[in-house]
Amino acid sequence: MRATLRRITLVVWIGVAPVALSEDLASVIHASFSDSGQATLLRLEQDPLQQRCSQSRDEPVDDKIAMALRQERLNAVVFPEDGNFLGDWQRGAAVAASGRGLQSNDDPSIANGGNCYACHQLAPTEVAYGTLGPPLTQYGLRGQSDAMLRYTWTKLWDTHAFNLCSHMPRFGAQKILTEQQLKDVMAFLLDPNSSVNQPTEGSSSAH
Amino acid sequence: MAGRIKIRAQKKGELTEVKALMRHPMETGMRKDQAGESIPAHFIIEVAVLHGDQTVMQAHWGAAVSANPFLGVRFQGGQSGDAVRVVWTDNQGGTGEGETTIR
Amino acid sequence: MMVPRWWLLLLMVVPALADEGIFDQYRDLMGDDNPAIFVIDEGEEFWVQSQGPSAVTLEACDLGLGAGVTRGAYAQFPRYFADTDRVMDIETRLLYCMETLQGRDREVIAAKPYSLRGDFGTELEALVTWLAAESEGMTIAPEQAHPKERAMYAMGEEIFFYRAGPHDFSCATCHEQSNKRIRLQQLPNLTEHTEVAEAYGSWPAYRMSQGLVRTMGWRLQDCFRQQRWPGLTFGSEVSIALQTYMAVNAAGGVMTAPGLKR
Repeated sequence: MRATLRRITLVVWIGVAPVALSEDLASVIHASFSDSGQATLLRLEQDPLQQRCSQSRDEPVDDKIAMALRQERLNAVVFPEDGNFLGDWQRGAAVAASGRGLQSNDDPSIANGGNCYACHQLAPTEVAYGTLGPPLTQYGLRGQSDAMLRYTWTKLWDTHAFNLCSHMPRFGAQKILTEQQLKDVMAFLLDPNSSVNQPTEGSSSAH
Repeated sequence: MAGRIKIRAQKKGELTEVKALMRHPMETGMRKDQAGESIPAHFIIEVAVLHGDQTVMQAHWGAAVSANPFLGVRFQGGQSGDAVRVVWTDNQGGTGEGETTIR
Repeated sequence: MMVPRWWLLLLMVVPALADEGIFDQYRDLMGDDNPAIFVIDEGEEFWVQSQGPSAVTLEACDLGLGAGVTRGAYAQFPRYFADTDRVMDIETRLLYCMETLQGRDREVIAAKPYSLRGDFGTELEALVTWLAAESEGMTIAPEQAHPKERAMYAMGEEIFFYRAGPHDFSCATCHEQSNKRIRLQQLPNLTEHTEVAEAYGSWPAYRMSQGLVRTMGWRLQDCFRQQRWPGLTFGSEVSIALQTYMAVNAAGGVMTAPGLKR
């Protein structure tokens, strides 16, 4: 009697177990693409973060899991070995303005850009900015305390450490920008002389 | 393929409205191909719209005009059934022409 | 009548202003001048042109409303076809007709379906433009009666939210919010009916920056390139699934294609 019950339970469980849509989906996606320039099919393999955010439509589903993932990302942030966070803001401005890099038609021997203006307002004189992310004009008002430097670096390196399933790319963790480029972008944001931190029209000077 | 011009001409009150699509690569001469060689400049340098024997519009174009140029012109006069022509010459000595009647 | 000079000034000022209204004004000035009108003519010419080893035209092609019926057909794509037992978009269906009616080699056409820069427009682009014009003003009404059609929608939705590549981009990264733009380009929210209807209904479109009419299939390929994904295969399941997702979200809206875009 017990053996039969066990067998029936097993059958019922298999019958109602949901087919993993993600497996079928992954193979359909794979079959619909082909290697193109530097953009190979390997890019379609999702890491756990991409998987979770895709499944939850970019909403973190469970608080415990979300906290664990965020902590994991925080632990994985690589800070500059020499302890120096700030590079050259003018080079940083160029990184922010460049939208090239990692596309199938991009030359891999040329440095990637950050394409920051695609989503953010930055220097007040640049009107061609996107609105997918919050404005960062006069970001430097926040000062350069150790905490602010580490916070800003972490946002650039892997924003999911603070904002899980954010739409912002992981410029450090995904090796989109080099350490030097990140330092230059840091300066672009935080250097008081940077164009980002110049007064906007009709307002008084920042300091 | 070079030389193709599609034209429409229509009376709009006192005016005749001419629209033309020219098939031309309009190469600036600044681009390089896959091998790194410069693609030679190839663009329309003169274009004219003629109503019968009369030139109603003449223009000097250059490398700044995009590929497959679209031209819209309105001129005074013209009657249904009149012939309208568009002609062009490019920097390599090529020519193109197209003709239609005003509707 | 001289074109008033002030509107030339408008053209010079357009790139410097973030105000979306300026682009609408520019389009109003163009009036009904859309270079696509000529591509429509080219498409119709291809439809009645004998081609291929069979030396027949495409006039017997069944686009879902019966052999040779072109009016209103585009508005009901993507749809399931019994003769292929699969859901197809307009481009894959045209390819099927070229192959089966005209005896042409599908691989040759699929190898270069879209123009490269400086080209004069491909046959497929012209046909899609003409067929879209044959549905102009009609209600967007993709078929969703067949289980495969509904499965295609569900898959399209999954793909829409699928994050991948070095930038972790999905379609949703740019297209699931309203009133956002990337640089100065307004982004339609493809999950919201009014916005996706306006977006979906205006493709294929003459793209001024391309100097060519571009199709929705091309648009998807270019999206994935910018998302840092590998190359989307022409006529693939992903392409058809995403078109289905958009078309169904847009259902009830109006076809305005061929459109005019930057």
